[in-house]
Amino acid sequence: MKTSRGRALDGAVPRKRIGTSRRWHIFVFLAPATVLYTVFAIYPIVETLRLSLLVEVDGSNVFAGLGNYARLLTEPFWAEQFANAFWNNCILFLLHMLVQNPIALMLAAILSIPSLRGAAVYRTVFFLPTLLSVVVVGFIWQLILSPLWGITPDAMKAIGLGSWFRPWLGLESSALITITLISIWQYVGIPLMLFYAALLNIPEETVEAARIDGLNGFWIFWKVKLPLILPTLGLVTILTYIGNFTVSFDLIYSVQGGLAGPNFSTDVMGTFLFRSFFGFQSQSGDTHMGATVASALFFIILIGVGTYLFGVQRRLLRHEG
Amino acid sequence: MNSKYLVQALQSPVFSKLPGSLAVLTLGLCGVATAAETVITIESWRAEDQVIWDEQILPVFEAQYPEIDVQFTPTTPTEYDAAITTRLSGGTAGDIIVCRPFDRALKLYDSGYLADIKDLPGLQDNFSDVARAAWSTDDGSATFCVPMASVIHGFMYNKTAFEELGVDVPNTLDEFYATLDTIKEEGSYIPMAMGTKDQWEAATMGFTNVGPSFWNGEEGRLALLSGDEKLTNEAFVAAFTEIQKWVPYLGDGYQAQGYTDSQNLFTLGRAAIYPTGSWEITGFQENADFELGAFAPPKLDADSTCYISDHTDIGIGMNAATENADAVKTFLEWTTTQEFASLLTNAAPGFFSLSTNAIEVENPLAAEFIAMRDTCESTIRVADQILSRGEPALGTQLWTLSANVINGSMTPEEAAEEAQSNLDAWYTP
Repeated sequence: MKTSRGRALDGAVPRKRIGTSRRWHIFVFLAPATVLYTVFAIYPIVETLRLSLLVEVDGSNVFAGLGNYARLLTEPFWAEQFANAFWNNCILFLLHMLVQNPIALMLAAILSIPSLRGAAVYRTVFFLPTLLSVVVVGFIWQLILSPLWGITPDAMKAIGLGSWFRPWLGLESSALITITLISIWQYVGIPLMLFYAALLNIPEETVEAARIDGLNGFWIFWKVKLPLILPTLGLVTILTYIGNFTVSFDLIYSVQGGLAGPNFSTDVMGTFLFRSFFGFQSQSGDTHMGATVASALFFIILIGVGTYLFGVQRRLLRHEG
Repeated sequence: MNSKYLVQALQSPVFSKLPGSLAVLTLGLCGVATAAETVITIESWRAEDQVIWDEQILPVFEAQYPEIDVQFTPTTPTEYDAAITTRLSGGTAGDIIVCRPFDRALKLYDSGYLADIKDLPGLQDNFSDVARAAWSTDDGSATFCVPMASVIHGFMYNKTAFEELGVDVPNTLDEFYATLDTIKEEGSYIPMAMGTKDQWEAATMGFTNVGPSFWNGEEGRLALLSGDEKLTNEAFVAAFTEIQKWVPYLGDGYQAQGYTDSQNLFTLGRAAIYPTGSWEITGFQENADFELGAFAPPKLDADSTCYISDHTDIGIGMNAATENADAVKTFLEWTTTQEFASLLTNAAPGFFSLSTNAIEVENPLAAEFIAMRDTCESTIRVADQILSRGEPALGTQLWTLSANVINGSMTPEEAAEEAQSNLDAWYTP
C-alpha cells in the first residue's frame, strides 16, 4: 500500500490500478439490475421462444422446429384469429395516432402558454385518469354507456339526441372504436406530459427570435416548436406502438371479456394470446401455441421498434438546449 | 471483503438462532397435526359455497370421523382450471379435487393427476350410468370422480307479474310466444331478461336450454357424436332459429347487456321471464322481493315430449399423489351416501345431487326445478362431451355463434354451417 502510494506521484501505474477497481464497481452496481432483468425479462423471453419450438406428444415435449408458427399462419382456426387480432391492433394503433396524440399535442401546446391561468389544475385533471386502475376505468365506462343503467341514454335524451343512442359496446361495428376512445380518455395524459415537458424545454430565446422575425401564435408552434420536439413525437409514436400491443389487453379483457366480443370484433393480440395460452371455458389452453403467439407478438414489437430505432431515430437531432 | 461481512452477519446471535427455532416450530406443528387427526383439503371453484361446506356439510362428516379434518379451500371459478393444473403438476394441490365434467376432468385423469376410484362401493351402487359417464373414460374402464351435482336449465318467471298480467305459465312454444306477446303489449315489463354481451347466456341459457326439444335430447346429442346427425341438420338449425325469435322480446340495447345486468334486471322486477338454470336459486331468492317460479323449456306442441338440460356439472375425485389416500377414500365414500346427497341438495338449492337415492327437496323453487325430471326427459349440454376436445372447442364456439345469431350478424344457417365445418376440421365420429 505504502509503495503504491509513494509511486502515485509518477502517475502511470496507479491510474491503471484505479481503473481496475473502478471496473469492479461497475459490475457491482450493474449486477442488481442485470440479475433482475435477466431473471424477470430475458429468461422468460428465451423460455417463451424455446416453448414455441416444441410440441407436446404424449405428455413429453418434442422439438417441432417452426411447426407451431406454420400452424399459426396457415391453419384456419389459428390464422383467422391471428389475422383478425393483428388487424384490430393496427386499427387501434392508427386511432391512437390520429386521435390521442394530436389531442395530447394540442393540449400540451395550450398548457405551455406562459400566460395561461390554472395550468397546474388542468394538467392534474388531464393526467388523473391515467392513475386509475384499468378495471375501474372499464367498469365506470361500462356503466356510463350501459343501455340499462347508464347515464348516456338519459343525457342524450335530455339534449334531444335520444334516438342516436346505441349500445355501442355491444355492436360489432362500434365496439372497437368505443374501446379505443375509452383508452384514449384514460391515457391521453402520458403523451400530454411528454409533449409538455419537451415544449417547456425549448429555450425562450429561440421563441423570442422567431417572434422578432415576425412569426406569432400558431406559426411559432408550427415552424419552431414542433420541429424542436420531433424526437419526443418519435418517442410517443413508439410508446403508442408498444402500448397498443401490451396495454390494450387489460382494458379489453375487463370490458369485453376473454372472448373479446361481439364476434371477436375487439380481439387484439393480447386477448388472443390469453385465450391460446390459458384456454377459455371449454377450449383448453395450449402452452406451446400460446408461446408461439407470444413470440409472434414479440417479433412484431421487435420489428416495429427496430425500424424506428435504426430508420427514424438516428435521423432525428435532439435540440441541445 | 463482502463475504466476510456476510459470514459475520450469519454468525450473529439473531441469525444463528433463527434456523434452529424455525425447525423446532415446524416440527412442533407437524407433531400436533399428525398426532390428532389427518388433515385433507378440498380444491373447488365454488367459492360461494364456502359457508355451506364449513357450517353444514363438513361438521356432519367430522362428527362421524373425528380422526379426519377436512378443509374446503376454493379458488375463483375463472382461474380454477389453470390453477388446479399448475398445482397438480407442481405437487401442491389439495387431496380432494372437485371435478369439472367430461373432458376437463378426463384431461387431468389422462395426465395421471386423478386416481381411478371405480372400485369405490358407493359409486357403483348409488349412481346411474349417465351420471358416471361424465367422469369416466370413453370406454368406461375407469371412473375418476364421484358425481356430485347437476344443474337443471329452464326459465324463471316473476309470479307477481304473471298474476298482474293474467298470463299463464307456458307449456308449448305457441303458448310461450303468446305469453311473451302479452307481456310486450302490456309494456310494463321487459318480456325476457337476456343479453348477448357476455355471449355465454346466448349459448347456455338459449341454445342448449331450448335446443334439446328440437333434437330430442340425448337422441340428437348421441347422433351428433356418432356422426349420424350434423349441426347443419334441421333440428340444430331450428334451435338457432328459435333463439333468433327471442330478439323482439329482449330489452333495448341487449347487445351491451351482460350477465349481471340481466340478473339485476330480473331481480329488480323489471323483466318477467329469465332464461336460466337452477344455480341462480339461492342468489335470486335473496335479492328478489317478489315470488319466483320456474317452468321447463317449452315443448314443440302439446303432444311432444319435453326435454330438459339436466347437466352433470360437479364431481369430486382424489388427487393421485395424495399422501392421505385412506382418509380421502373414506370421505369420497361418504359423498356417495344419501346423507351427503340430502345435505348438499338442501344446503345449496339448485345443485341437485346425482345420487339415485330419493331426496326430499325443501326449497319450493328448487322443488319446481327437480320436478321437471319427472315430466321431462333429461339430457346434458350438447357440446360438453367429446365435442369440446379439439380446436376450436364446440362449447366455446357456440357462445360466439349463438350471440351472433341473436345480434343478427349471422343467420341460423350460417351459424350451423360454421359450427359444423369447424367441428369437421378436427372431429371424426
